[in-house]
Parts: sequence; C-alpha cells; structure tokens
Amino acid sequence: MSHRHVVAILLLILVLPFGAGAAGVEVKLDRAPININDRESLQRGARVFVNYCLNCHSANYMRYIRMTDIGLTEAQIKDNLLFAADKPGETMTIAMRTADAKAWFGAAPPDLTVITRSRGPDWVYTYLRTFYRDDTRPTGWNNLVFDKVGMPHVMHELQGHLVPVTREVRGEDGKPHTVIDRLALAKPGKMTLTEYDALVADLVNYLTWMGEPVKAQRMRTGVAVILFLSLFFVVAFYLKREFWRDVH
Amino acid sequence: MEKLLNWVDARFPLTATWKAHLSEYYAPKNFNFWYYFGSLALLVLVIQIVTGIFLTMHYKPDAAQAFASVEYIMRDVPYGWLIRYAHSTGASAFFIVVYLHMFRALLYGSHRKPRELIWIFGVLIYLVLMAEAFFGYLLPWGQMSYWGAQVIVNLFAAIPIVGEDLSIWIRGDYVISDATLNRFFAFHVIALPLVLLGLVAAHIVALHEVGSNNPDGVEIKKHKDAQGRPLDGIPFHPYYTVKDILGVVVFLIVFSAILFFAPEMNGYFLEANNFIPADPLKTPEHIAPVWYFTPYYAILRAIPPMFGSQFPGVLAMGVAVLIFFLLPWLDRSPVKSIRYRGPKYKIALTLFVIAFIGLGILGILPATELYTWIARVLTVVYFAFFLLMPWYTKHDTYKQEPERVTEK
Repeated sequence: MSHRHVVAILLLILVLPFGAGAAGVEVKLDRAPININDRESLQRGARVFVNYCLNCHSANYMRYIRMTDIGLTEAQIKDNLLFAADKPGETMTIAMRTADAKAWFGAAPPDLTVITRSRGPDWVYTYLRTFYRDDTRPTGWNNLVFDKVGMPHVMHELQGHLVPVTREVRGEDGKPHTVIDRLALAKPGKMTLTEYDALVADLVNYLTWMGEPVKAQRMRTGVAVILFLSLFFVVAFYLKREFWRDVH
Repeated sequence: MEKLLNWVDARFPLTATWKAHLSEYYAPKNFNFWYYFGSLALLVLVIQIVTGIFLTMHYKPDAAQAFASVEYIMRDVPYGWLIRYAHSTGASAFFIVVYLHMFRALLYGSHRKPRELIWIFGVLIYLVLMAEAFFGYLLPWGQMSYWGAQVIVNLFAAIPIVGEDLSIWIRGDYVISDATLNRFFAFHVIALPLVLLGLVAAHIVALHEVGSNNPDGVEIKKHKDAQGRPLDGIPFHPYYTVKDILGVVVFLIVFSAILFFAPEMNGYFLEANNFIPADPLKTPEHIAPVWYFTPYYAILRAIPPMFGSQFPGVLAMGVAVLIFFLLPWLDRSPVKSIRYRGPKYKIALTLFVIAFIGLGILGILPATELYTWIARVLTVVYFAFFLLMPWYTKHDTYKQEPERVTEK
C-alpha cells in the first residue's frame, strides 16, 4: 500500500462519519406516555417484557429481584416472571447464542437493559407500533422508524396486520416518488389498536424504568441534598458577612 | 498541644507553611465573582479523585467486561450511581470552571508579567486535563467512547511520515481494542493524575510567590504598611476561605441540580450512543466529541485537506490550543485590566468569545456546507485574536490605572 493510499483511507475514516449525519431518515416519533411512578403500569409492562421480548433479547445487567422496587414480592417474581433463570438474584439472560442469532436474524438482537437510554422512549414506543407487511423482506415485515429491520413483528397477533398506504410526491429531482403516507389496519388482531397502544405504553414504561431503576431514588436524594445546601448557603452567607465586616 | 506543635515545627515547617499560604498570604481585597473559579477548580479536582478511586474499585478495564462493569456500578454497587454520575458530571464541570477561570485571566490580564509562569503552568494543566478527559471517555466502552477514540487517534495518523506508526504505537493495535483500553486506563487513573497534581502544586506555588492579580490589574505589593503587609491585601484565611465556602455552596447547588435531575444533560454530558456497547464493526451515523472538545473539533473540520492530507486541519487544531502559551508575550498593552483598556481589546475579546462558543456549537452539528463556511470565518477570528494582538493592544487607547485598588 503506497503512502497515498494510506492517506486516502485515513481521510475516508475521518470524513465518513461527518457526512453521514445528514443521511438518517427522519420519521416523526409519537410521544411515549411515560410515568415511572405508575407501579401497575410497570408491573403489566414487566409481564409483557418477560413474555414477548425476553426470548430473543436479553437484559443482561438487570436482576429479576430488582422488580421488588416496583411493588412485586419475591414470591410473585418467582411464580410469574422467572422462566429463563433459577434464582431471582440472577440477571435476565437468554439461552440463545449470539452466533445463532446472527445466522437466524442477520444481526444479534440487542440487549435491552438500557435501550431507552440510547434510543429514547419515544423511538421505542413508535417502533413497536409501526411494523407493517412487506413481502420483499425475508420475515414479511418492515418498520417505519427502522427500515429493513431484521426483527419480525412479534406481537402481530395482538396488534393485527398493518399495511402501508402510499402516495406520490415530486422529489427534488422532479421525478415522482412513492412514499408511505400512513399505515392502515388490513387484518385486525386480538386487541383494538387503542388497547395495543396501551400495552406498548406499559412495556416502554417498564423498559424506561429498567434503563435506570434508581431514577426515583436519585430524584428524592436530589431534593434532600439541594434543601440541605440551601440551608447551608444561608449559614455561609452570614458567616462571610460577619468575617468581612472590618474590610473596607 | 502547643508542645506538640513546637515538636513538629522543629522538624517540619507546618506553622510556616500555614502562614505563608493561608493565614499570612495577602490577597487583594477586591476579588469579584470571577475569582471563585480557582478554588472551585481545586474542589472539582478533589471530587474527581475521590469518586475516581471508588469507581476504580468496581470498574473492569477489559473490553469484554468494561461496559457491563459500569452498569454494575450503576445498579448493584451501593450508591454506585451517585459516584458515577458525580464523576461524569465532574468531568464537564471541570471544563466549565477552567474555561471561566481562563476567561478571568483574559479580562484582568492575570497572565501578564510577572505571572507568565503561573499562566504557563495553567495552560499545561489545561492540556493534561484534555488528555485526561479523552482517556477517561474511552473507559465506559460505549459506541461514542470507541468511535470518538478512533477519530482522535486517527488524527495522529495524519502527521506526515511517522503518523501511521505513531497511531499504532498509541493504540497498541491496528484498531482501538482491549490493549488500548488497558493503557488508557493506566494513563487515566495514575499517569496523568500524578502530572496534574504536580502542575497544580506548581501553579499555586508560583501564584503565592508573586501574589494574586485583581480586577484592577494593579500590584498591591507597591503599597505596604510598616509591617510590610500590602495595604490593599487581606489574609487569605479567614477572609477568602469563608468567601470561597459561599462559592462552593452555590457551585454544589448547581452541580447537584445536574447530577440528581439531569445527569445526561440532554445527551451533552452523557451521550445517548454511549449506552450501546462498543462495536468495532458498526460506525455510528454521527460521531460528535463531548462538548468541551467541540471548538477544536470545529476548527479541525473547517480546514480543508491540502495536498491530499488532513494534516493541515490537525495542525490548526493543535496550534489553536498551544497558542495560549504565547499570550503573555502577545499582549503589549501598558495596562492589564479590561477596566482601563481601550475599545480595540474589548472588541477583540468579545469577538473571540463569540468565535469560541460559535465553534463549540458548530462542532456538535453535522458539517454542512454553510456550517463549514461559518466555522472557517470563526476559525479566522479565533486565530486573529492571538496573531493580531501585538498590533491592536499596542495601538489601543487606555485609561490611567489607579495607584490603589478601587471599591467595586
């Protein structure tokens, strides 16, 4: 490899990430109705998570026992949620091996412990509700916010089948392009779309809580710390004034 | 008690040190808001060292375990979340405090004769701090850690002739890998903190040798009383210790507000992509360094490649930082403080602040054609502030400095 080639490759490495930022497709995200203090919603979300997600996706940093923080007892966790582990002190691992997952899905399903901290709750909420039928994909499914996604629509029996409704737009090049206008329900599922949205809301709420289980405690501690510091400020203020009385 | 003190003083200059640096170190009585940031920088240094020690007890510097060990600290270590957030917030706080501390010098001429060495030690501290932050940012082993390090180390590869070998030598591998993580850990937890502590000591010793500057930029040592104490000076302890306590409390309130209520600071202190484990095969769509590096990153991107090499941009970025060293000799004004300077310096400093903040914002945004041109203009302004300084400070008007410090 000549010197010039090395420079060219390095240049490419340097420049590539900068240009790519503008290429991402922007889809308007729906706002996830998050309330990490709603324990019933979190418990419902935990059940959906264990039943539907925790077969292919792990939550390797999350211990089952932590769910006592959202009002479940150890016995409840053991009886209702512990399918993939023996003890509540274990983390939410899965049996599927990464190599197998890559072979089956093209990419290993990501760990979900902190997924809402990287993607954001709104993205996950929109993603889980915008799977649509697409026969050009190997799984038969595609997604509005994650084009050509490897994951099939796991909860299609609940939501039903959505199909894209397209319309023609004139692009910058002056030629007509077909874009997806909205999704329409072609085959109803076991739930109404409103019920399904509520189920996904619970799930995303749970995922958001799981991303940082300490958040509620963090906020409470913060209030106490700032109250203490405010009182200390008053003391420090008068201390300073007293000491500086003789400085002119 | 007094016998014990005498026993120690006969063997170690305890009382003498206390007097020289605190109870009989005379500081000007007219310090204002801008003079809090020196002691606050020291406070943040202590926060970083103490939280850093506790993090080291639980963190694993191993590519296979690093990401998981950080989540372990956040979830399973008692108050681990507090320690980790204090450390991550402290990193950004360090730069905020240091930038304001440096701006204070530009306002009141604290870098001018006879304080050139204090300034040089200070710029060295700033350089080491940047390296320390860079090494530390790799440790959580998230996507931004990994690709940020990849981009920065590749900068060294752009240096002609030796660059390629140099970058491999830094990484210890052809890509950022476990070997890189281990050496960055060594630099972050021991090598650079040692250098940093030494430089901070030198910075303070040099300061206490010549005495502090003040918002009027006049020397308080010119007017002393019969005992040889500066007339406009007051003992650092207790006057400035109690005053700095006030500054510390206000700082801690702001610091806690971020730590407890917005530790990610909307993705600027902890980037969203860093919650994805490092993946050498998957480049993130948009790599942005942490906010405190973005002014220099914008300068790097603003300089177009020349002769098929990115080196000019890298060079400009390096010079942009190193040029701070020359500041005491570039400034030719007969007065130090902005209070007595003419309009030329005031305009130049305002433009410099606009350029620095503007470049900082542009460094976060994607480099579109328009943004790149704005960044080029601001880069010119940035360098013009330094390079034209001998001219505009010499030909500037100025007001007569007072003999003694003035009341606020």
